[in-house]
Amino acid sequence: MQWCFSQVKGAIDDDVAEADIISTVEFNHTGELLATGDKGGRVVIFQQETENKNPPQFRSEYNVYSTFQSHEPEFDYLKSLEIEEKINKIRWLPQKNAAQFLLSTNDKTIKLWKISERDKRPEGYNLKEEDGRYKDPNSITKLQVPVLIPMDLMVEASPRRVFANAHTYHINSISVNSDNETYLSADDLRINLWNLEITDRSFNIVDIKPANMEELTEVITAAEFHPHQCNTFVYSSSKGTIRMCDMRASALCDRHTKLFEEPEDPSNRSFFSEIISSISDVKFSHNGRYMMTRDYLSVKIWDLNMESRPVETYQVHEYLRSKLCSLYENDCIFDKFECCWNGDDSVVMTGSYNNFFRMFERGHRRDVTLEASRENSKPLQVLKPRKVCAGGKRKKDEISVDSLDFNKKILHTAWHPQDNIIAVATTNNLYIFQDKVI
Amino acid sequence: MKIHNSRTQRGGIKLHKNLLVSYVLRNARQVYIKEKYAEIYRMQQYEEVMTVCNEIQELNPLDLDAEDAEEERAACCGEDFQRGKEQEPAYYRSCCMEAPSPCDQLSVNINTHCNTTTVLDLDTHVVTTVDNGYIHQDCCCDTFQCAPSAQSSAKKRKMDFSYCTSDFDELQDFTTTRKRLRREDCLYSCQEFTETSNISTLISIFGSGFSGLLSRQADLEQICSKQALAGLGAWTRAIVAF
Repeated sequence: MQWCFSQVKGAIDDDVAEADIISTVEFNHTGELLATGDKGGRVVIFQQETENKNPPQFRSEYNVYSTFQSHEPEFDYLKSLEIEEKINKIRWLPQKNAAQFLLSTNDKTIKLWKISERDKRPEGYNLKEEDGRYKDPNSITKLQVPVLIPMDLMVEASPRRVFANAHTYHINSISVNSDNETYLSADDLRINLWNLEITDRSFNIVDIKPANMEELTEVITAAEFHPHQCNTFVYSSSKGTIRMCDMRASALCDRHTKLFEEPEDPSNRSFFSEIISSISDVKFSHNGRYMMTRDYLSVKIWDLNMESRPVETYQVHEYLRSKLCSLYENDCIFDKFECCWNGDDSVVMTGSYNNFFRMFERGHRRDVTLEASRENSKPLQVLKPRKVCAGGKRKKDEISVDSLDFNKKILHTAWHPQDNIIAVATTNNLYIFQDKVI
Repeated sequence: MKIHNSRTQRGGIKLHKNLLVSYVLRNARQVYIKEKYAEIYRMQQYEEVMTVCNEIQELNPLDLDAEDAEEERAACCGEDFQRGKEQEPAYYRSCCMEAPSPCDQLSVNINTHCNTTTVLDLDTHVVTTVDNGYIHQDCCCDTFQCAPSAQSSAKKRKMDFSYCTSDFDELQDFTTTRKRLRREDCLYSCQEFTETSNISTLISIFGSGFSGLLSRQADLEQICSKQALAGLGAWTRAIVAF
């Protein structure tokens, strides 16, 4: 499979405004819409052009569909805490009618947004002028029926629900249930279950806060509902374990149904073992049989029926193992990389440093490293596989570990649910690549 | 430094990151203590084994010739050294593992004169003070529960010393005793470490930084942490102050 550049969105200049840093990327269920959230609390939605005016090898492009300010900075006066407006996660709801709905969350508050189109407007009101001013009643001499006339397409985003005040700690995940009625939100220590219609209360389904905070040993890092079983969800921890819970078992799912944990390799033990084993993302496969976890150096694929160890492990950037000390110094070791599946669960993808991202073809045991950069951004330019030289003699076209730019990191990636189109977020740019159609 | 900086970052303290940093500090501390202990143990072991072997030789001056005595001495040294290497010093002992509900009396018994070593256990938050050969173990949250067991452990230790000096024939028991003593001994070696190394405690991390995030326990934890750290070096006070 070869990948080609398709588009890049975002500012070109190197001076990155902090508010423009992309913090989440998500395709909707059809892949027609692509949403991004940034540190400034904004959501930008791109839409794929439906009319295929282009020759077959050109896939339709994504253009800006809607932009809105989802979250604003807040200040919790009671706790003297500033609440960042950064969008941590966006999750689309399956489409039920003409409008689109998505959930977006910052550290404390989740919002349900309705994105709807308006391409007609009413004209010919009896009591109002065109600009909205009320007519003088005495000037009305006849009765008319208002009609809807076409207008330029307007996309409106309106907050339909605000789910607030349910999380003491920072929200790291939201996940919509397959029942389309409920969703979960997870913070460092608790997971809450919400009904999409009810904002003033939620059920707490997981609580790992110890009675004495000094005994705290692990936190929740990610959580997700099973794609088909509405009673099942998983949550990952900073200790590298994943717990699967069944909501039918009890109201409070503190006791897991399954515990997925791989014993640590004692030969790899270091000061930073706990940090690099912390799971930063967990994603079910589309078919619901597997789940994928991302820790600092690897991607692991677990069979839901086997808890003792993953069925597949892919090293993302093993050459960084000897650099953990400097990565700790510059805080990069705390970076939380996400991962994603392709539509048929045959390939997984995750990001790395130097604007590299990696794909692992499961069946063929092949992997490739590609780069998202402006230099490779000519239309339909095929991406050349990159290679990092861990040590020894550096071959031509290889990059040595020491010349990697650790400020250029790809934390967020997304794969179109059906086609081979991927969205890769660098610091403040969104790259869209597609596979080469022969 | 990272923990200190996180308090001023936007969005409040990141619990996950601070927890991971505390693990790194704990790991560093474990390695340091192990190495320190191993060094002290090696020195002590050599002296003691030499003493024992000499005593053995004295007891049986006719049975053992010089060569055998040397071999036995070497065997003693090798065996105990081996045991020393394999044994994991179990310094995470707590006299009160279950932290009770907020306590009324928050006095923490920590002495800080020059021949006192104070160690704060990161996992169990037991403050152990070794003062002129006596051990006091206190939990920041409950002094009363700790006191009796601390007393008994101090007594036990004294007994062990007398036991080992009075019994020469049973080398086996001697080494077993040494193992028990070793657990407390490692605490002695921490003196320079607590004064010079960059330890920070979970209490200081969470207690003084998480005000408002926690429930009313936060106040108690803060008081506990401040008092607990009063005995440690000035640099820890600096962290608490921030």
